[in-house]
Amino acid sequence: MPKVTYIEFNGKQHEVNVENGLSIMEGAVQNGVPGIDADCGGACACATCHVYVKEEWLDKLPEQGDSEKDMLDFAFETKKNSRLSCQLILEDKHDGIIVNLPEKQG
Amino acid sequence: MKKTDAVIIGAGPVGLFAVFELGIMGLNAHVIDNLDKVGGQCIELYPDKPIYDIPALPECTGESLTKNLLKQIKPFNTEFHLNQRVESLEKKDHNWIVTTSDQEKFETPNVIIAAGVGSFEPRKPPIKNIEKFEKTNLYYAVKDKNKFKDQIVCIFGGGDSALDWTVELSKIAKKVILIHRRDDFRAAQHTVGLARDLEKEGKVEILTCYQPLDFKGDESIKTVEVKHDDGQQKNIEVDSVLAFFGLKMELGPIANWGLDLEAKSLKVNTENFETNEKGIFAIGDICTYPGKLKLILSGFHEGALCAQECFKRAKPDEKYVFRFTTSSSDIQKRLGVK
Repeated sequence: MPKVTYIEFNGKQHEVNVENGLSIMEGAVQNGVPGIDADCGGACACATCHVYVKEEWLDKLPEQGDSEKDMLDFAFETKKNSRLSCQLILEDKHDGIIVNLPEKQG
Repeated sequence: MKKTDAVIIGAGPVGLFAVFELGIMGLNAHVIDNLDKVGGQCIELYPDKPIYDIPALPECTGESLTKNLLKQIKPFNTEFHLNQRVESLEKKDHNWIVTTSDQEKFETPNVIIAAGVGSFEPRKPPIKNIEKFEKTNLYYAVKDKNKFKDQIVCIFGGGDSALDWTVELSKIAKKVILIHRRDDFRAAQHTVGLARDLEKEGKVEILTCYQPLDFKGDESIKTVEVKHDDGQQKNIEVDSVLAFFGLKMELGPIANWGLDLEAKSLKVNTENFETNEKGIFAIGDICTYPGKLKLILSGFHEGALCAQECFKRAKPDEKYVFRFTTSSSDIQKRLGVK
């Protein structure tokens, strides 16, 4: 079970063990981590599960699909390390991954 | 003022099926939605994505589900009030007065909130005090294109709205400047091609990999400050700004109606899905109770149960007798079965 660290915009950290096969979004929603809204429920259709992935983890993640690139247009203050966390499915190799949450979603 | 047995807020699948459940009991309903079309999230967010968990429909799409629900409620000739949001609910004796953003008013004993995650609102760029410009020269939609005649128009976005209006307004504006955060546009490639041609002719300027930093001006926007990915900043003088950053969902005025909330959901009982206010119900994704699942099928069930209570409130002197659609001649008459 990979451990994910979510860092809220105010600096508060949440360390959560998330089952393989779940997304970083699901890990947050199911464990009550605030700051990820996931309005559409993981359909890559709303851009309200936006996270900033700690740089060193970026190349371990699956590449952005077209729909994620399109939806990121709608996210609040995107940066180079912006991803939609519903598209980030966890595996063992992601153990220790760190994501920062934006000031707000949408 | 329109009098009706029920007002349904939200024209998504759950709101539509509530029309059916009310309809077979002989109750009429008006449906209000902030979008310009029926279907809610199913149509706005994922019309083509397959749905596999609607009972007896092994696979359908948001679009086909909506179409079929509209077919199912066709016998009831329901009135839809689109492009408007419910702004207020006021108590009047046994009834509620519902007022929309277009000042339409309804009097009804039953308000069914089937609003999903809330209403779809334009997403605004992250700029301080942006609201003051909304009164003057900042727009999230085009209502009258002639307003932009002979103007320098700055358009933000990379989708169909942004590209369509870039092409369209270039015919009457002095100049159109299109600004997008990346090099790719998700709009129809044909329209992107047209915009690129207009760029070569000098009618349109396209700036990519730029994001808005600030809008400057006293009452109206005079200058738009943008920043390139490489850090370089640019000031652009404009007459008006169109921002097409898509839609987002907001609970909106629902939060101000004195209803019990838990996170962004409305608390209901599971007997009739009434909120803490008599005659105000919540069904579908917007309601919460122990064990709640945000599934379309749960919303259908919630609508059926809430309709029973709506009947009691709409027709307090009549006794309701539960009937099946297979055998009730009353129901079949209402459905137009011959």
